[in-house]
Amino acid sequence: MTLGDSAVGLRCSQLEKRFGNLVALRRVDLEIAPGETVVLAGHNGAGKSTLLRLAAGLTRPTSGRVFIGTAEVREPGSARAVGFLAHQTMLYDELTAKENLVLFAKLLGVPEPVRRAENLLAEAGLGERGDSLVRTFSRGMRQRLALARALLSRPRVLLLDEPGTGLDAGGLAWVAGTLHELHRDGVTTVMSLHSQPELAAVATRAVRLQAGKVAADSAAGQALDAVLGMGAC
Amino acid sequence: MGLARATGILLGKELRTELRSRELVTTTAVFVLLVIALFSFTFDPSSAESRRFGPGLLWLAFLFAASLMLQTCFLREQANDTLSGLRLCVGDPFAIFLAKLAANALFLLLTELLLLPVFSVLYNLPILRVWPSLVLVLLVGDVGICLTGTGMAAISAQARMRELLLPLLLLPLLTPVLIASTEATAALLSENPVLRWDWLGILLAFDGVFLTVLWLFGEYLLEE
Repeated sequence: MTLGDSAVGLRCSQLEKRFGNLVALRRVDLEIAPGETVVLAGHNGAGKSTLLRLAAGLTRPTSGRVFIGTAEVREPGSARAVGFLAHQTMLYDELTAKENLVLFAKLLGVPEPVRRAENLLAEAGLGERGDSLVRTFSRGMRQRLALARALLSRPRVLLLDEPGTGLDAGGLAWVAGTLHELHRDGVTTVMSLHSQPELAAVATRAVRLQAGKVAADSAAGQALDAVLGMGAC
Repeated sequence: MGLARATGILLGKELRTELRSRELVTTTAVFVLLVIALFSFTFDPSSAESRRFGPGLLWLAFLFAASLMLQTCFLREQANDTLSGLRLCVGDPFAIFLAKLAANALFLLLTELLLLPVFSVLYNLPILRVWPSLVLVLLVGDVGICLTGTGMAAISAQARMRELLLPLLLLPLLTPVLIASTEATAALLSENPVLRWDWLGILLAFDGVFLTVLWLFGEYLLEE
């Protein structure tokens, strides 16, 4: 993938995903411009997580295509351009927080992986617990560490599946602050949310999914709050 | 990132997590110890009987123990969806297989080396004089078991009834490994020990074929 400094967005073209008889996404067309911070809203089972996993390249679409920048997802080299925070933490309980970050940083080819891990731990408020095993962490601490893992490679596209899960007020403020900074740096962010107005406030656009289809999009002229359901996304 | 470097990093992770928990080597060693001890108690073998049945019994014990050990190698990655995390970072998914294969073969070999002296005493079979050749046979046989087992573990981890599925998939496929390893070991433990290169060649061919299959199709085994 060729990455321009700020020229990386996300595009879904006629994207469809079926699990047996269940249609999770129905021919979704969605274009997200570079630097946008988009909230995916919708009820449970609307297709938000499926859309994010397809964009991360973890699942193959039944039909249709996903592009990060100009490159179709699954092409070699897309991994470093995309940071993904899934519903599960993707962290090893038997490793310490620092070991987890260093492991993934090395696999991503991040320069100076130890320093990068230490910096992110400090930013996430986990600097003191870097040498503690992840299995001793609370859900909120794991979530902070998982977000730090997603940020390791300084991705140009960030996909976050319910980033506020398990976070206290301090954690939510840290995530919101981080999202503000990323937006300022031109990073494209797509996140699914459930009732976290602190994070929804960061959004520049909202898209509501319903039964696997785009039901509303603030880019189509609707008010952002109306698409989000006034904080009850 | 190159395949070798990614494999090395992932192997380091596998070894570190096992060193912390010691779950795999401990449970596998206890299982093999129980099997060979119980068999020696049930038929109290003479030296001739030991030479005849011992190698087959030993490899059957290793095979069942390996199927237990391999069961966990991808199930562990499901706990927090860490397999997805690896897939996002590793350019070539074959590195994930290679690291798991190397770790599993290493753990199995370590278990075997710990238990061979016990086997030697219980079955009255001298192993010291053929030690280097025996380690070679164990290594090549273990690679065969773990190659097939790692691939099958990736399939079974995503299925229902996974605990039953892995042995059902694995054991028939490993029949050639069981026969060749047993014959090669029996030749080494006979009164006139000899390293049978023909059986070793079959094992190496098996390893080569399954390594190629894993390299070609491994990526699809890791997909959701």
